[in-house]
Amino acid sequence: MIEFADVSKRYPGGHEALKEVSLEIPRGEMMFLTGRSGAGKSTLLKLVMAMERPSSGTLVVNGHDIGKLSSRGIPFLRREIGVVFQNHQLLFDRTVFDNVALPLVIHGYQPREMARRVRAALDKVGLLGKERSYPIQLSGGEQQRVGIARAVVHKPPILLADEPTGNLDPELAGEIMRLFAQFNQVGVTVLIASHDLSLIARLPYRMLTLRDGRLIQGVGRLAEHDHA
Amino acid sequence: MPDDALRADVRRADGRRVEGRRSAATSRRVSRSDRLASYWSHHREVSADSFRRLLRHPIASLATWLVIGIALALPGALYVALDNLEKLGRGWEGATRISLFLDLAVDDARGRALSEKLRQRADISAVSFISRTEALAEFRQVSGFGEVLDHLDANPLPAVILVTPRGEALDPEQARTLLDELRALPEVERAVLDLEWLQRLFAMLELGQRMALALALLLGAGVLLIIGNTMRMAIAARRDEILVVKLVGGTNAFVRRPFLYTGLWYGLGGGVIAVALLLAGFVWIGSSAAVLADLYQSDFALGGLSVGQGALLLAGGALLGWAGAWLSVGRYLREIEPQ
Repeated sequence: MIEFADVSKRYPGGHEALKEVSLEIPRGEMMFLTGRSGAGKSTLLKLVMAMERPSSGTLVVNGHDIGKLSSRGIPFLRREIGVVFQNHQLLFDRTVFDNVALPLVIHGYQPREMARRVRAALDKVGLLGKERSYPIQLSGGEQQRVGIARAVVHKPPILLADEPTGNLDPELAGEIMRLFAQFNQVGVTVLIASHDLSLIARLPYRMLTLRDGRLIQGVGRLAEHDHA
Repeated sequence: MPDDALRADVRRADGRRVEGRRSAATSRRVSRSDRLASYWSHHREVSADSFRRLLRHPIASLATWLVIGIALALPGALYVALDNLEKLGRGWEGATRISLFLDLAVDDARGRALSEKLRQRADISAVSFISRTEALAEFRQVSGFGEVLDHLDANPLPAVILVTPRGEALDPEQARTLLDELRALPEVERAVLDLEWLQRLFAMLELGQRMALALALLLGAGVLLIIGNTMRMAIAARRDEILVVKLVGGTNAFVRRPFLYTGLWYGLGGGVIAVALLLAGFVWIGSSAAVLADLYQSDFALGGLSVGQGALLLAGGALLGWAGAWLSVGRYLREIEPQ
């Protein structure tokens, strides 16, 4: 589903954020991406989203070769990916409903179908009663769940999350992770960047670790490794 | 959302061979007709929303509308004024006449005889003789200098024969040949072709029209710049929204759309103000123009803004607004990419 082959990313300043990364995330898999800040986690996710292009190597996401993707093609790649951000990226001048509906508006859904899907997504994250609220009226955990509802409302085959539990207490963080696991159970390919090792070490998913732009650990379940 | 529904959907997504074509992501979920219907309803919503956003800052929007309105009204007013002058000129154009001022020594009998002789000519359609006495009477009535004339010993005015050329002789060149011929007559002191001032008028009108065009181009460019700057601020205010829309797969056309409508509303509003300014202006000067026309014993009526010209101003304003938005939005949107 997501295939890196010797992918490097050098930024104009000369900083090499990723060095010859090769990895494959099969369809329907859920993986964690860890590493210290600056290790290249965000760069890796940005490459998948085509927010950046590889400097060398090949990256194929759901059939799209990111290096060769035309800029006109980028929006259509992004429609196949749901993204959850640490800072939610919600629009504060719109209701929860309108925030979640945004991807469907872009896809061109009819209002009736749109409302049905938005409610289904909000129900999934447990916020059905909050559709008329504004994000500012919600707690941090609720805002994050609105972000997740928006990421999955159009049922993308790929779900990316960048530090989705960064600002949440352990209990809320666990809830968010369970939510991701549920999406994975129904076949969504999930990739979560997180440095919250205490949380993800308890979860039975593969872990990719980046250090200084290199992939130092990328196969097997975490439990099989003696990982600190 | 029920799990099995999601699962079924994901399976469908899995089963589909991924081709990386742009239609791949959308076509499996939304039918073409649905997409078209929602495309238009999105246009409706976006245009209404853009308009509401303008009304949310009424003073700032009104200022922009006024600036655009004035910029459109100036060349519009000049154009309509020239149009009126031209109409006035055309009304007189058919009346190409040659005035023959006779020598003071020529008496009425000789004058009338000459008129009769001229009337026989093939290239002259009408001849009218005004005797010295008649000329004096007319002058006294029209000029208002009647009392001055009373102090004069003798009538200073010559007799006049007004000659209206016929057929080919109406053409300015032919009329000039006829003029030279008539000027050579011994009884004629001076011969004047009335057409000359008309030719000068039309030359001036053409100059005026070019100036109006140049002014329109300059002010049109000004409108583009105003819209561009306004758009820069509108884009800055919605920067977060643009980022999110780009992240969830909005195309550039989708991102651009609300701003193009904003430009359209600015331009159209400016057009409405321009039309209102011109209508008010013509009402204001219309009455004095009527008095003036009356003084000249003309049935000339000031032509205001025609429906077509009004529509042209509105359409021109809307087009300028849209184009100004297009030019600036593309540039500013490229600067906003998700980081």
